[in-house]
Amino acid sequence: MDQLLQHLLNALILGSTYALLGIGLTFIFGIMRVVNFAHGELYTFGAYMVYLFSVLLGVNFLLSIVIAIVLGIMLGALLEWVLLSRLRGADIDTTMLVMIGAWIIMQNAEQLIWSGVAKSIPMPFPEEPLSVGGVSVAWSRVFVFAVAILLIVGSQTLIQRTRLGKAMRATFQDRDTASLMGININMIYLATFALGSGLAAAAGALLGPIFIVMPTMGNLAVVKAFAIVILGGLGNMKGAALGGFVLALVEELGAGYISSGYRDAMGFLLIILVLMVKPTGLFARTERIG
Amino acid sequence: MNTLAKWLIVAFLVTVPLWLGNQYQYHVLIMMGIFTIGAMSLNLLLGYTGQLSLGHVAFFGIGAYTSSLVSLGFDLQLTDSYTFVVEPKPVWFAFFCALIVSGLCGWFVGKLSFRVRGAYFVIVTISFAEVVRLVALNWVDLTEGPMALNNIPPLASGVPWMEAGALSRRVANYYMVLAVGLVAFLIIQRLVQSRVGRAMIALRENESLAKSVGVDVTRYLVLAAITSAAIAGAAGALYAHYVRIVDPDVFLFIYTVTMVIMVISGGKGTLAGPLVGGLIFGILPELTRGHMLPEVQWIVYGALMILIVFFLPQGIVPAVQRGWATWQKRRDQSARDTSASNGRRQEVAR
Amino acid sequence: MTLHMTTPATTRQTVLTVDNLAVHFGGLVAISDASFKVDEGEVVSLIGPNGAGKTTAFNVISGFLAATKGVVAYKGRRLNGLKPHQIADAGLVRTFQKTSVFGNDTVIDNIMIGLHRRGDASIWQTLLLTPKVRRQEQALREAAAEILDFVGLGHRSNELAGALAYGEQRLLEVAVALAAKPSLLLLDEPACGMNPTEALNFRNLLGEIGRKKITVLLVEHNMRMVMGVSDRVVVLNHGRIIADGPPTEIQQNPEVIRAYLGHGPKHA
Repeated sequence: MDQLLQHLLNALILGSTYALLGIGLTFIFGIMRVVNFAHGELYTFGAYMVYLFSVLLGVNFLLSIVIAIVLGIMLGALLEWVLLSRLRGADIDTTMLVMIGAWIIMQNAEQLIWSGVAKSIPMPFPEEPLSVGGVSVAWSRVFVFAVAILLIVGSQTLIQRTRLGKAMRATFQDRDTASLMGININMIYLATFALGSGLAAAAGALLGPIFIVMPTMGNLAVVKAFAIVILGGLGNMKGAALGGFVLALVEELGAGYISSGYRDAMGFLLIILVLMVKPTGLFARTERIG
Repeated sequence: MNTLAKWLIVAFLVTVPLWLGNQYQYHVLIMMGIFTIGAMSLNLLLGYTGQLSLGHVAFFGIGAYTSSLVSLGFDLQLTDSYTFVVEPKPVWFAFFCALIVSGLCGWFVGKLSFRVRGAYFVIVTISFAEVVRLVALNWVDLTEGPMALNNIPPLASGVPWMEAGALSRRVANYYMVLAVGLVAFLIIQRLVQSRVGRAMIALRENESLAKSVGVDVTRYLVLAAITSAAIAGAAGALYAHYVRIVDPDVFLFIYTVTMVIMVISGGKGTLAGPLVGGLIFGILPELTRGHMLPEVQWIVYGALMILIVFFLPQGIVPAVQRGWATWQKRRDQSARDTSASNGRRQEVAR
Repeated sequence: MTLHMTTPATTRQTVLTVDNLAVHFGGLVAISDASFKVDEGEVVSLIGPNGAGKTTAFNVISGFLAATKGVVAYKGRRLNGLKPHQIADAGLVRTFQKTSVFGNDTVIDNIMIGLHRRGDASIWQTLLLTPKVRRQEQALREAAAEILDFVGLGHRSNELAGALAYGEQRLLEVAVALAAKPSLLLLDEPACGMNPTEALNFRNLLGEIGRKKITVLLVEHNMRMVMGVSDRVVVLNHGRIIADGPPTEIQQNPEVIRAYLGHGPKHA
């Protein structure tokens, strides 16, 4: 029983960062119709930036995470401006190929700069885990969970409450009408991609210190992000948040009760199953056709 | 491309061993051939049905593993009392098993994605490849996992005069790859230039319209997936018997990316595209090797891919074709202009 | 127009029946309850104001959309649950409201795709390129040329479909549908966007199609065309059928006039 509870708790914490990753990706897909294969590289970027600032430059750990997120937002904006802004109106395959190109470039650049040796980032939290009624959880994970939830709530608020968020939602609903209403679509796209990238970098900045930091860590992250987004239905933000928790739960239980070697396979099997049963995603409402 | 040019190219490829002496050059040529076959198979799906398979390496790897396992022999303990044993089989038989098993996997993926297209198809294929890679890594009893399958019999094993020296084995491998490549090309050509190919293109161009005139789009998508997977599996089997060692790294995503770049740069949806792309991206790494770190090489690949999408979105072959047509038109035009002005001059003279 | 009135409807056999059809999208009702039928050889027009549910009805009949309730049957065979290509095999072929051709293919190749159902070479025959396959391919190419001549696009056969003028593209659409050998042709606003000359030519083409014993169900906004070519007109409004009869009768029907003019007549 305690073991199950422990798995559920682990899933909750892992799920919060998965949700961050998924929200960022679905955000970009929903509004821009871009299948962002470079998403995992922003995740990696976030992790390395925390390494750079907190380990190499000795900046405060918390501040390093903030810097990593801000730099992630800037890198996202740069990518959007250099690559995607020139491809407005191109079909989905074209932008996808360009993002695959960006993925290859970024990953190999990371390999070149940081080498293939894994890095670890120490966290300034007590060694002693927090134990409550038979289950224990490291303080570092409590911290990750808290920050992730904060960012999820923050991005939801941004979308629901602010002017920018309203413009984003309008663009999501109907791009042409939004642009007729005087919304600057280019600005919205830039903001969307930057924000989505920032969330990916945040996920990397949070998970990097918990696991290890490697140039190839983005490969699994991007595919998992897609799994999350498909679970929730492409373009559905609440679905992506839920999808993150579902994926983490399946992985955690699969690794705990079936085989830890197939931990990462669970997500992919889940994608295949979901697409077989309900291609529109688990949490998508039926849409009107035509 | 006209028939004469085609025969000239084939004749050229057949006579290559007459003037190529260097082992290393053979190696480059063989690897290029294997990946070009992979690119051709990808082109059938991506270029003709319009579905991007980013897990194409799964079929390649499945072909490699199947052919290796069947030719090496294996046993599987199914229950406590029953063990399924496969004795080592000849390489040609293993090769056909590879075709069938990867074709079946193609069927499975095609069926699986019968309701999903576009981005979903891409993700289904990636997921499939990842699952297969993880199975290859973890099912140690069968695949040896990261320890790899070793001592895979070479393609030409059993053919006495080819077992003599390393060079003649390379020659044999070269001809095997060439033969498989030619057959694959012929199969794809006949498919896409027939009613079947028209149905596939219709599915790519306008799925609703294709359905409305009675094209069973699922059927043709599945058919394309099976054919494509079987050909990719053949390439994988060639690879396994050539390199003679197979580990889960055959499922590396960069192999898929290599094939995608070959297809996109050469020109998707054209028969010559993957050949041109295969030639460029088969030789390029060899030219840059020694001058660049592998990472820099990959960065160059990525950049080239983006540049091609930006500036030659249709790929090299269609661009050349279009350039050729314009040049001919202009030449005809100027010929007509000169003859017209000549005529006028004659009139004036009269 | 009196010509159509002389044909007694009783001698004709009903081919398409739509019974108590309802289509809901979530909470939105596109068609609430519609029943109508089409007889063999008839030209029937389905008209109604925008959003009345005409295209929805087309999508259901041609299998692109599932009915919430009701039955669609063709020649006694239930169509509900069949896939679009199976419905095409049954002889019902549709066109689309938005211009829909294979733009990157040549005009003749468009027709070749339309002729898909007339080929039957197996995969193995295709791969071996047997004499039968070669003969069939030749026969299909000739049939395609014939169809292009029939609609008057013969001189355009090697051009890219996407490069044709708008009116020609609409004509090509009909030609692609005809290539699939329909016994019932469903045309969704075929004359939309045509200039008056093109529309007139199209009317003549519809007559030719009728002479080929092909039944036609037409959705159209051009009232002159509707009244000119139809044997019968079915009027949809707010997802319900409000009138069904010969054109002259429909023109007089007060409910139809009200539907088209809003609530104008109330003030009169």
